[in-house]
Amino acid sequence: MTSKLGSTFAAAATAAAALVAGAGAASANQYNLQPPQSMIATQIYDLHTLIMWIIFAIFVLVFGVMTIAIIKHRKSIGHEAQQFHENTTVEIIWTIIPFIILIGMAYPATKTIIAMKDTSSPDITIKATGYQWKWGYDYLQEGVSFYSNLATPRDQIDGHNVEARNKNPNYLLEVDNAVIVPVGKKVRIIVTANDVIHAWWVPALGVKQDAIPGFVRDTWFRADKVGVYRGQCAELCGKDHGFMPIVVEVVEPEKYAAWIGEQKKKSTAQAVALDPAKQWTLDELKAQGEKVYAANCVACHQANGMGLPNTFPALSGSKIAGGDKAAHLDMVLNGKPGTAMAPFKHLSDLEIASVITFERNSWANKTGDMVAPADVKAARK
Amino acid sequence: MEAAHGHDHGQGEHAHHPTGFMRWVTTTNHKDIGTLYLWFSFSMFIVGGTLALMLRAELFQPGLQLWEPHFFNQLTTMHGLIMVFGAIMPAFVGFANWQVPLMIGAPDMAFARMNNWSFWLLPPAATLLVVSFFVPGGATAAGWTIYAPLSTQMGPGMDLAIFALHIMGASSIMGSINIATTILNMRAPGMTLMKMPLFVWTWLITAYLLIAVMPVLAGAVTMLLTDRHFGTNFFNAAGGGDPVMFQHIFWFFGHPEVYIMILPAFGIVSQIIPTFSRKPLFGYSSMVYATSSIAILSFIVWAHHMFTVGMPAASQLFFMYATMLIAVPTGVKVFNWIATMWKGSLTFEAPMLFAIGFVFVFSMGGFTGLVLAITPVDIQLQDTYYVVAHFHYVLVAGSLFAIFGGIYYWIPKWTGHLYNEKLGQIHFWLTMVFFNVTFFPMHFTGLAGMPRRIPDYSLQFADFNALSTVGAFGFGLSQLLFLYIVVTCIRSGEKAADKSWEGAQGLEWTVPSPAPYHTFETPPVVK
Repeated sequence: MTSKLGSTFAAAATAAAALVAGAGAASANQYNLQPPQSMIATQIYDLHTLIMWIIFAIFVLVFGVMTIAIIKHRKSIGHEAQQFHENTTVEIIWTIIPFIILIGMAYPATKTIIAMKDTSSPDITIKATGYQWKWGYDYLQEGVSFYSNLATPRDQIDGHNVEARNKNPNYLLEVDNAVIVPVGKKVRIIVTANDVIHAWWVPALGVKQDAIPGFVRDTWFRADKVGVYRGQCAELCGKDHGFMPIVVEVVEPEKYAAWIGEQKKKSTAQAVALDPAKQWTLDELKAQGEKVYAANCVACHQANGMGLPNTFPALSGSKIAGGDKAAHLDMVLNGKPGTAMAPFKHLSDLEIASVITFERNSWANKTGDMVAPADVKAARK
Repeated sequence: MEAAHGHDHGQGEHAHHPTGFMRWVTTTNHKDIGTLYLWFSFSMFIVGGTLALMLRAELFQPGLQLWEPHFFNQLTTMHGLIMVFGAIMPAFVGFANWQVPLMIGAPDMAFARMNNWSFWLLPPAATLLVVSFFVPGGATAAGWTIYAPLSTQMGPGMDLAIFALHIMGASSIMGSINIATTILNMRAPGMTLMKMPLFVWTWLITAYLLIAVMPVLAGAVTMLLTDRHFGTNFFNAAGGGDPVMFQHIFWFFGHPEVYIMILPAFGIVSQIIPTFSRKPLFGYSSMVYATSSIAILSFIVWAHHMFTVGMPAASQLFFMYATMLIAVPTGVKVFNWIATMWKGSLTFEAPMLFAIGFVFVFSMGGFTGLVLAITPVDIQLQDTYYVVAHFHYVLVAGSLFAIFGGIYYWIPKWTGHLYNEKLGQIHFWLTMVFFNVTFFPMHFTGLAGMPRRIPDYSLQFADFNALSTVGAFGFGLSQLLFLYIVVTCIRSGEKAADKSWEGAQGLEWTVPSPAPYHTFETPPVVK
């Protein structure tokens, strides 16, 4: 066990070191804030540098004096204690000087705060919604919507495929659908959440905003350069808090326009496929449902449907997934208050219908019945 | 004891007080209760430390090796709750019980029976916290800040934690009423407020902070409880509530709470440094005023914990300016300690090493606090390992170092024996080095963008995390040496003089070592 840990760690370190050379990838053993890629991030970076220099100067001064006292005023070299213990002038001086230094720090910080808060007249507005545990994005003017899930394979995380993990420069920082934005345009991000508080954070762009269920907050950035910028959810949001990254891909405006066009076409195609009149067979729904399950349910209920003992209930052989259809549908739609089972109302009728059908006909569950999208639609009312 | 028997006080309590286990259960003696608090605190320190080592073990390398993410979150949550409410706070109450009566010349605490009750509430509360690991769904995993609505999702472990917090809050309120009453009413003749030792001053101020904010915490967790079980919607937006309101209420308690954990530490350090500098404390009155200003400011800075919730610019500016202001009185304290050392006659026994270590490392935590006060920078660093580094620099290197220093300083008075000085110094150096190995790299991972409270991280953080884990195990194991030093000091060790340290000043050094069961039955006169 120890040697396994040791060797995997050594491999990880080597892989991480190799990343330093890799263009665009985050560098290992970085000692400072990530290289800033927007005006706000640059201001934050400079502000931090300024404060660090001030702190360094105070540190040297104050602890220089302490070090001299420790060396020169020790009893072992025969130093006699002097008995002074008050000096109002000194007290006033060392109250006023720090105050003046603080004003010097507050001035640039105030300017940055006011700039950060100015979300007016954006070129693009994107709504980011935090879910347990993924992000949903809606491009409000363009009408493009998608979910963004962690793309790192489970076997890299749980250690069955350590080698692949060590070669993966974007381990835990990769998603299936990235947010695409044009370079040099003011992007306003409207942030909210579906279940608990999350936080939308991209360090290189200098943006972090809590996503609060039932409330809408906003923030903004204007990316300086084309590139891929990675961040993570920053507010503890339950079990998979560490597994819901954020990826922003900054592209040339033409590429952005092309991407938007493509997305619009895709959603029209999807709408056609989702023809409400279509009659689904059980097998079709089950196949569809397996994908939905993998994206939404597997984190807690596990691929084998067994859940985790005492934490997340098993679906295989459960009273709900093997019993009354309406109760099952209600559970998925509305969740179970007071537990980690969140409502999944935000999924489409087809997604809910298919995942329930999948759950009712997998593992030890052999009900043989199916739930159609129309049933879900009826149950929503 | 012999001298005490000589008194003619009729009740003969020495002959009749129970012995063995019942002595500790029924005791109303401030020294016994102080000892109980300190041992309780140490056992919670071991429990909380074990949880910390369990989570550091998971973070040794990328990937999930030991724990499921849900259990990992339980570990971080319970580590925080147990260390704050079980280890640090009771330790300072233990110091207050032992030292406040001895330092102001009082025979005991003002409310001796309530004192017994405020201690004996703690073991059941701690039991609830530890037992919550074994209920369905495990302990609460919502972070020690138990933010709603994540905390409304939790299983029954959350309810046990809420009850534990209620009980501990009641205990703290009773303890602080007791301490404030004792200090205000039972000082020896001639000891005016401005003649009190600084440790007593800091505890007087801390007691008022506790009385002011513990009910606020009780309110917050009660609202959480009714949201969870009784259909209220205080923090549920779907029912017209506001999740952010929980954070405002929590941090209105939470920020004064961090000063509750550091002001008595300032007090202890202000006793130790003059003793080993053989010089009176520099700027006594400015120290009192600085402590009071910190306490008052602590009520108007809470939202700096919430810069990312999306407050209007005006609120962000107000809370940034108010937070930066705290640096002024804190700076005054550090300058005064150094001025006390200046031109003294310094020696470096274990208490002094911990006190100097405190000034040095706590100041680094103060500096990072200043960095975090700057709202735009905080927006980058909020909820990252930089914050984890910051608060461990002030809570471990701050509060805990002062607790260690205080124990080494007063243990000759408590046990009548000197501790092993050499081992005490080794304990200091091990603690100091491993502390920095553990927590210094967290500044870097935080700056580079590693969120806190995650069980797994991307590869560029691997080296620093491995280093932190090695440091954490070194730090944890070093504390076993501390236990050994304390136990050997109780059982054996050189006989301590009444005035155990050459430069020590104050009433506690005028009574025999070990301090007799009853002291100052006739109040001393302070000139």
